[in-house]
Amino acid sequence: MLKYANPTNFLALAARLIPWLAGAAALALAVGLYLTFFVAPDDYQQGASVKIMYLHVPAAWLGMMCYMVMTSAALGTLVWRHPLADAAQKAAAPLGAAFTLVCLVTGSLWGKPMWGTWWVWDARLTSVLVLFLIYLGLIGLWQTIEEPAQAARAAAILTLVGVVNIPIIKFSVDWWNTLHQSASVFRLGGPAIAPSMLWPLLIMALGFTLLFFTLHLMAIRNEILSRRLRRLSITAAAAEDPEVAGEVFS
Amino acid sequence: MSSPLAALFGRELRIARSVGGGGAMGVVFFLILVSLTPFAIGPDLNLLSRIGPAILWIAALLSTLLGLDRLFQADADDGSLDLFIMSSTPLELVVLTKCAAHWTLTALPLIAAAPLLGLTLGMEPAALAGVAASLLAGTPALTLLGAIGAGLTAGLRRGGLLMAVLILPLTTPILIFGVASASAASGGTVPFHTPFLILCGLSLMAVAGAPFAAAAALRAREA
Amino acid sequence: MPQTEVRPPKTQILQGISAKALRVDRGGRAIVRGVDFEMRAGEALLVLGRNGAGKSTLLRALAGFLSLREGEVRLNGGAAEATLAEQAHYVGHADGLKAALTALDNLEFWARMLKGAAGAGLSPEGALEKVGLARVGDFPVAYLSAGQKRRVALARLFVAPRPIWLLDEPATALDVGSQAKFAEAMAAHRAGGGFILAATHAPLGLVDAKELRLDAVRPREAGDAA
Repeated sequence: MLKYANPTNFLALAARLIPWLAGAAALALAVGLYLTFFVAPDDYQQGASVKIMYLHVPAAWLGMMCYMVMTSAALGTLVWRHPLADAAQKAAAPLGAAFTLVCLVTGSLWGKPMWGTWWVWDARLTSVLVLFLIYLGLIGLWQTIEEPAQAARAAAILTLVGVVNIPIIKFSVDWWNTLHQSASVFRLGGPAIAPSMLWPLLIMALGFTLLFFTLHLMAIRNEILSRRLRRLSITAAAAEDPEVAGEVFS
Repeated sequence: MSSPLAALFGRELRIARSVGGGGAMGVVFFLILVSLTPFAIGPDLNLLSRIGPAILWIAALLSTLLGLDRLFQADADDGSLDLFIMSSTPLELVVLTKCAAHWTLTALPLIAAAPLLGLTLGMEPAALAGVAASLLAGTPALTLLGAIGAGLTAGLRRGGLLMAVLILPLTTPILIFGVASASAASGGTVPFHTPFLILCGLSLMAVAGAPFAAAAALRAREA
Repeated sequence: MPQTEVRPPKTQILQGISAKALRVDRGGRAIVRGVDFEMRAGEALLVLGRNGAGKSTLLRALAGFLSLREGEVRLNGGAAEATLAEQAHYVGHADGLKAALTALDNLEFWARMLKGAAGAGLSPEGALEKVGLARVGDFPVAYLSAGQKRRVALARLFVAPRPIWLLDEPATALDVGSQAKFAEAMAAHRAGGGFILAATHAPLGLVDAKELRLDAVRPREAGDAA
């Protein structure tokens, strides 16, 4: 495992894994969408609009899982100061923001026919919105600090502070009685959802997860390469000019 | 637009693109301000939809002005501002161009985001359109007024809050007519165009006057 | 406003600058007082003096950033309706470069912004080659060293030709080779009828330069700051 912590080995591993992961993600999403539209039954109350669930719920899971991935990477940054952890953190933030945004938008589209409104300020929706805002803040932090290692440490601290929001999101529907329904898959006493709906949901979730890992690996790879480019450019700019090569860069 | 100003506009956009953050942060700040309001006054959608235009306008006002304090700061720090003064292009036009670029980068995304945020406040379609139209007409005035404050505080080490304190009182007419036209769009006794045309007039006045004040402030930095 | 620039009917070419009894105030105190100088095309003027003598202040006033409290600057000839500042380049402590943009982008921008009556100068590529940075043109300025940044700033002098160069410690951060190159460029500028006013402590390699001693002009009590 440690062998792959070396960026060069990581790039080789990523190059081998990415096509397989991408293929698997495409397959799972294709099967999942087929099941969603042609196999899964309509809800007896909600009709066909229940199908939004197959996007909404996996997006919500991934939005949170991505934060947990980012948190582990943040620990890697702070404890081991490993550049690969920095890259993993940075690569995860836009992905997390995207999945969370999908969750918010699909939720809003689902809410209009079900609750008669695009949005309510209940605990679950609001805490997911806060998650989205934390992602945006992290992206802003990454873009603002130019020195990559310094940006990574700052982002890691903010990530660890923001992690308190994750349990709030998870348990908001149980702690406060809100409009948003309670958990029906991951709960004590087994899922409270019909198997005909559970299977498409799980396959979609698998597809989303594979998609996330594909994109995450690709983004880490890009980050490693762009850092190399930056380093090489700085060296090249200095080497262009032997007389100043020893100078401190400001 | 003559070539030096086109070059300046292009440079501002390119800097924003390669530095990133700048414009997008304004929208995020706007989003945060709007989503904080329901925490403060409670999640009652009827109430929120009634005061929605006001919430959106105050949030737009704050995020426009707080993003503006850096408008001339970087140019003052790296010496570009001195060179603008030596250009044969009048400094007033430089100011106007920088404001146009800043407005494109920050206010336009904000105007695009405003109707979406209006949805979360339970606003009606007519009110959403009214808010977007009134922001489109009113934000140029906000940017230009802010530029005066940015000019006055450029080069000061701690100008950020001072600039807001200087400029916010001057923005009251824009806020009044902005919210009035946004509210008038969704019904009420006043026809939409009455406050809206006044708002447009305020923006035009700002275009005509503010660059002179801001340029004078920039020239007076060293005295 | 007491700042006056009286110009007799003129040809397009700037032939002389004469300054009389200049006084520049900063923070309500006279920093520069009673300064006179005359320059003809091709001449260089070294502004000398200890720290705080007002060298930078004088150059910044000539560049138009500060107004003259008293005195006047006459231009003999030069582009019609153009002030001294519009016919001058200023190189000061700040380089006027955006770290996020490439060296070429920066120069391209200043070429268009500062383009004067004197017509087009070197292309940005040509100007970078002249300061020995031809191959770093596509790197963001953030990647360059302090000396390289200064050389990009000096390349600005060549992309938008202007007859007067106001140089405030231009050799800061330059290595010996670049200083020699810049001395050549200054000689070429003078040979072409240009003016150079430089405030400096380091020798710049200017031949036959006139000297303007600010200490001698106005004795000041110890402890005065600029």
